[in-house]
Amino acid sequence: MNVTKLMKGNEALAEAAIRAGCDAYFGYPITPQSEVLEYLAREMPRHNRIVLQAESEVASINMVYGAAGAGFRAMTSSSSPGFSLMQEGISYLAGAELPCLLVNVNRAGPGLGTIQPGQGDYFQATKGGGHGDYRLIVLAPASVQEMADHVFLGFDLADQYRNPVVILSDGAIGQMMEKVTFKPYQKPTVDKSWATTGKPASRKRNAISSLFIQPERMEQHNLKLTEKFNRIRESEVRFEEVNTDDADYLLVAYGLSARIAQKAMDLARAKGLRVGLLRPITLFPFPEKRLRELATQVQGMLTVELNSGQMVEDVRLAVEGRVPLARYGRMGGMIFTPEEIERQLETLFEKAYAN
Amino acid sequence: MQTDETVTHACVPDDYDVAYHRPAALMDVNMHYCPGCAHSLVHKLLMEVVDELGIQDQTIGVAPVGCSVFAYEYMDIDMQEAAHGRACAVATAIKRLMPDKFVFTYQGDGDLAAIGIAETLHAINRGENILIVFMNNAVYGMTSGQMAPTTLPGMKTTTSPFGRDTKFYGAPMKIAELVAQLPGSSYVTRQVVNSAHGVRKTKQALLKAFEWQKQNTGTCLIEIIGNCPSNWRMTPLEASRFIDEEMVKAFPVGDIKTPDQPSLEPTPENL
Repeated sequence: MNVTKLMKGNEALAEAAIRAGCDAYFGYPITPQSEVLEYLAREMPRHNRIVLQAESEVASINMVYGAAGAGFRAMTSSSSPGFSLMQEGISYLAGAELPCLLVNVNRAGPGLGTIQPGQGDYFQATKGGGHGDYRLIVLAPASVQEMADHVFLGFDLADQYRNPVVILSDGAIGQMMEKVTFKPYQKPTVDKSWATTGKPASRKRNAISSLFIQPERMEQHNLKLTEKFNRIRESEVRFEEVNTDDADYLLVAYGLSARIAQKAMDLARAKGLRVGLLRPITLFPFPEKRLRELATQVQGMLTVELNSGQMVEDVRLAVEGRVPLARYGRMGGMIFTPEEIERQLETLFEKAYAN
Repeated sequence: MQTDETVTHACVPDDYDVAYHRPAALMDVNMHYCPGCAHSLVHKLLMEVVDELGIQDQTIGVAPVGCSVFAYEYMDIDMQEAAHGRACAVATAIKRLMPDKFVFTYQGDGDLAAIGIAETLHAINRGENILIVFMNNAVYGMTSGQMAPTTLPGMKTTTSPFGRDTKFYGAPMKIAELVAQLPGSSYVTRQVVNSAHGVRKTKQALLKAFEWQKQNTGTCLIEIIGNCPSNWRMTPLEASRFIDEEMVKAFPVGDIKTPDQPSLEPTPENL
């Protein structure tokens, strides 16, 4: 039976974790995502699940490692400075191929930055973040509903690929209240015969490790991971398109920026400018193919991000110079208005007609 | 006769009795440790205890970064290899999710006392029902003999080439005494393995710790004074003497705390 509630993004995410059968949550307080830990500290014990406030984000992520290695559904959440602290552990999780769900409610930085929403952690989330050669599956919710939906999807993808999944949200999506509907969910049965549950006489011992001291074995492991990341690229691209059929210009934006960009698109359309929107839902894998197709249809693209230009690099790689590409951003904390973006679109159109 | 194929006695003639054999829970493989190193001995003691308690199928170990990084290659139990210093965080999660299992970490002094001190102290302060086997050999062994938090005053290492200056780097950290002050610790002891007597006492301590774990008394920590002949630039015999003459002066041997005697001071009787 569906359950509909009015909730904060962070709370919807926490409620979804319980409904998705999360066995253990480990976290450390940091604004703007402390509601996740607070909600779960209150609710998880009632479901006989484990919730633990760790001494640091470093401890949290390594607790996730221990729980995931023992075969349990485990997650943590943090915000930018805290998420940076987790990067070593995330690299180990990826290296040891442990499924888990990680959440970064992005605030603006660098350094201690501000507690206001930002999208400056795009590179960190999509290019690995820690040391070594790995990718995370990155989901970018743009609503409270998706804050919940991506938890179910994220846990399932993590189990399917034995890889950490990140929900890259931001302070606005985490803090805003919207209607959210929870649908019935059946946790899939997953073979975790590799987990450290105690070695019965009937099987060989299980070891969770990312150590491959012999270079030949290290290379084989990296080739295996690369093959997995390529499979993810093939099968798991997710995006949303609005008004792209007749679009002369395309806005590309994710998360909070996509919602503001969509309003800007409406303003532009009201003035007769044919503008469409592509919203990547997965940031890794990135909707490269679709952007390449649209590059042959539209006269220009505008990426809109709350940073100095990060996702625009992936758009540039996707369109390979086939179409003029502009970017517009505010630096996080400060957020663009739809009118601001619409003016950028008008400038693009004027330039195009001047040529 | 042992039927486990990991235990081989190919050289034993039929008319001989086997007085000693490799523990079933210890893999029959060559270890990478240097000649004279205490790690292989302590691995063996741990697995003997696992055999004797019959808990091979219920025990999960956490290996550190350091010389014993390959511990999971030698112990025939399920194990996780933790990031440097984080073994107690990893073990916390495993134990919380599977409270009926036996969980231990095996950590060196760099791993536990330097980079992992926060995870260690907080796990103990929470009273996690795990066993911490803490190997203290006063140097970073794996990276070839740098100064550790436990390096003795005046001791020469590759990063304290003129001897550890305590005015500059502080005094050696007495981990066992430190953690005994936390209410979450239940059994804290320091042992040596450079004599038959010490080996027997260490094994008794390991047995006790697993028994306490079964009773959920809190965190057990066994600090074992190890050695490092290679990085101490000594023969194994010289290293053994160094433990008797120098190490145990800085790190007194004996029970510091037991669940039935919560604040036991080291006395000649319990040494």
